[in-house]
Amino acid sequence: MKNRWVLFVPLAIMGLLFGAFVYRLVTPAETLIQSQWINKPMPLFDLPPATAGVEGLKSNQLADGRPRLVNVFASWCIPCRAEAPQLEALKAAGVPIDGIAIRDRPEDVAMFLREYGNPFDRIGSDMQSSVQIALGSSGVPETFLIDGKGIIREQIQGVILADQVPEIVAKLEAMK
Amino acid sequence: MTLRLILLCLIGAFAMPSAAQDRLPPAPYAYQQLKDPAQEARAKALMEELRCLVCQGQSIADSDAPLAGDMRHEVRSKIAAGESPAEIKTWLVARYGNWVSYDPPFDGATALLWFGPLLFLALGGWLAFGRFRRGASDDEEEAA
Amino acid sequence: MIAELGLALLWIAAALACLSLVAGTLFLRGGAKDLAALVRPASVAQGVLTAVAFGLLIALFVRSDMSVELVARNSNSLKPMIFKVAGTWGNHEGSMLLWLMILSLSGGLIAIFEKRLREDTLVATLATQAALSLGFFAFLLFSSNPFKRLPVAPPDGQGLNPLLQDIGLAFHPPTLYVGYVGLSVAFSFAVGALITREIGPAFARAMRPWVLGSWIFLTLGITAGSYWAYYELGWGGWWFWDPVENVSLVPWLAGAALLHSVAVTATRNALRAWTVMLAVIGFSMSMVGTFIVRSGLLTSVHSFAVDPERGTFLLALMAIYIGGALTLFALRAGSVAEGKKFALLSREGSLVINNLLLTTILALVLLGTLYPIVAEAMGEKISVGPPYYNKVAGPLALILCLVMVAGPLLSWRKDDGKRLWSRLPLAIFAGAVVLFGLVLFGGKVGILPLLGMTVAGVVAVASLAPLWGRNLRRTPLPTWGMVVAHFGVAVCLAGMGAESAFIKERLVAAAPGEVIKIGDFAVKFDGVRPVAGPNYTAIEGTLVATTSSGSSFTMRPEARTFPGLMGAAPVETNEAALLTRPGGQLYAVLGQPVANDDGSSGRYQIRLWWKPLVWWIWLGGALIAIGAALSLLGRAQLLNVWRARRARKSGERFAP
Repeated sequence: MKNRWVLFVPLAIMGLLFGAFVYRLVTPAETLIQSQWINKPMPLFDLPPATAGVEGLKSNQLADGRPRLVNVFASWCIPCRAEAPQLEALKAAGVPIDGIAIRDRPEDVAMFLREYGNPFDRIGSDMQSSVQIALGSSGVPETFLIDGKGIIREQIQGVILADQVPEIVAKLEAMK
Repeated sequence: MTLRLILLCLIGAFAMPSAAQDRLPPAPYAYQQLKDPAQEARAKALMEELRCLVCQGQSIADSDAPLAGDMRHEVRSKIAAGESPAEIKTWLVARYGNWVSYDPPFDGATALLWFGPLLFLALGGWLAFGRFRRGASDDEEEAA
Repeated sequence: MIAELGLALLWIAAALACLSLVAGTLFLRGGAKDLAALVRPASVAQGVLTAVAFGLLIALFVRSDMSVELVARNSNSLKPMIFKVAGTWGNHEGSMLLWLMILSLSGGLIAIFEKRLREDTLVATLATQAALSLGFFAFLLFSSNPFKRLPVAPPDGQGLNPLLQDIGLAFHPPTLYVGYVGLSVAFSFAVGALITREIGPAFARAMRPWVLGSWIFLTLGITAGSYWAYYELGWGGWWFWDPVENVSLVPWLAGAALLHSVAVTATRNALRAWTVMLAVIGFSMSMVGTFIVRSGLLTSVHSFAVDPERGTFLLALMAIYIGGALTLFALRAGSVAEGKKFALLSREGSLVINNLLLTTILALVLLGTLYPIVAEAMGEKISVGPPYYNKVAGPLALILCLVMVAGPLLSWRKDDGKRLWSRLPLAIFAGAVVLFGLVLFGGKVGILPLLGMTVAGVVAVASLAPLWGRNLRRTPLPTWGMVVAHFGVAVCLAGMGAESAFIKERLVAAAPGEVIKIGDFAVKFDGVRPVAGPNYTAIEGTLVATTSSGSSFTMRPEARTFPGLMGAAPVETNEAALLTRPGGQLYAVLGQPVANDDGSSGRYQIRLWWKPLVWWIWLGGALIAIGAALSLLGRAQLLNVWRARRARKSGERFAP
């Protein structure tokens, strides 16, 4: 029979298939969707205060020459509570932190700040996740490192851990 | 490292719609159609192509998750403001990457995806029917 | 006691599989005849024991024996009895045992019923089936033991996902599994034939009823699954190209190609290499599917709990089975002696094109499902969904349907274009009528639904063509089967096209008394009331839909809340209300309460869809299954014997 090699084609295709399977078993999928809006300017927004007694957040306030953090959180986000000590530590190290509260009622934000502290200079209220979407953020908590010119340089997804605090301080220093 | 993993899992678990929910009502255009049927049809077609960020494989048109509702609100608002579906999709892809679109892009990485089936069919056709042109002496059994 | 007995039976069954494999292998290598005589009874015994073990697992669930880990994790004493039973297979270990049971029983049934095949081929087939069983027994016994006990029995179980507490869904897995695992018989016959180099009509005849039978169950399982997703998930979609759906479709496509191919091999001794390859591919795809679903490779609303370790085990098994079978195929299929030649324009030619198109669609569904992994290896994160499949699989499927129009009308070996053309005018006319009708009166219709409905018209008429001019009472059942199945494809396609093209949607925050207009209906929202079910509470809405001709129907959608068991969060689900009319279905969902601008409540989010001809999709699926069943019956030996006896009796008394 001519072209006997043809009969090996199904086996070869199986081999490729298995290659994909082995790859996936060895390197499990990254389940978090990372923002692609990195090294891009902060989107324009003007958010009202998230609760009484705090200032709202405007995007032009984020380009004042000081590298800063923008923390996207919510009072209904349980892991966000675990982040509070780290945010306090960052504030103590001199890092300016602004907050954006996602889908949060003023009274709930107030209660959250009372219980877990307020490391934020300003907190904007994002009732319909529109700024969250404009940032390419897909959950809470997330933290964005912004340089002095208002350009987003890095996204940290999930809770900031204690050992990450010095790293973050160093990165922000380097952006000065 | 382990602690981070555990916390990430917790976050993953709590990002699920059925758990820690916000108490706010859905965004205005999450469950409300646009007045103009042509605009609504364009918005609907686009929403069916966009992937929900916090769901297990659903479009934003098919999900009750709050973030999906907010994304529907964004899409409908932008369509109402006159933007085209292509512009909105580009805007979202710029923020979330191609993952957010169920229509894979046409680039180097996806060349195999788009051309693979046609190549497969062409190769198979050539193998299966090459003998019809060659004629009598060949074996009729030719697998793809 | 019961659990331990079940486990013991499984070990014995595994030993029997080992016995079949060893005895069969030794016999085939020139061993004594006695070895061959061992294989049949061993296969039967293996089947019976595995079935009894499965029965024992069901008994444990029925008794809510919480000392067994599987029952404690997946059941609850408050569940209705039928869902306790269904809970047996609503989890990884139980469904794996179901898989094994069907695998073993199939081997036993081959051993009992297959009498015409050459002995050594049959032994090779049974040995292959035993080899398949052995691997899955190992998987079950070493890494997925369903009978594992807990050291301390909890007071009650963690319950089943409330989304799965549904009759349709309860019986969807067994139906599908009979289909997937039934294809293992085709695989075994193919490998058996390759081993003994008997790749001809005999093995094809032996295999054919199994292929048809398992494909019928696959068709029914997929159709039922689609309908379940449609009414349960609350957004009215009937196919999402979700990874788990795709891996169920792939064996179906292989089976569809195989059932055509095996018929040709059985009757015309042609397409032999295709038949063997498709038989191997069919069950291979079943295994790939079960691997993908159980290993956590892809996220899906359908996935079982993720476990990469189990995935690795399954991958190793598959490498042995699929790699082995395909290597054997590559080495031996080429040595088949030449069969009779045929022209491109002939029945055989059209079936080769059919095989080619089905295999291409199969390959592209698999490619699309797995491509995100490939892209990630290249550094990009992408999603592949309906837009891709509609653009690539859609046109191929339509071309396939057109081949289906011509195929049954072509003669074997060689036909000519003019003759074919002369049989098609009515079908083409039907398609033209549909096309012009849609273009002139249909408004804005997308290109794919437009072509789909046109092709459906052509196929509907062409599928009836083989009956033309025949005495319908004497037409053989297999011909009826073909006609009904192909007609079913047309019905299904028409339903898909009509629903996509003409669906209407209304989303309204309605106050009681408000009337919503959709399609031909005026739907009045009559408010909500609380109701309670066996293990849930719900808000039930009342909607009264009135047509323009005055008929009135009441629809009661529900928003249900299942309390979280053992501290878990409560789960909310939506029960859509469906109104089926000749022209389509009205689909209503009750959403969340909506506050008015002044803060007062009373409005509810109502979602309404009018879906023209949507139920034709599942009617078509059912017709396809019925057609295949008619074909199967038409060839059943028992039925032919009965018919012959009847004919003899009536011949004695009457002149026909």
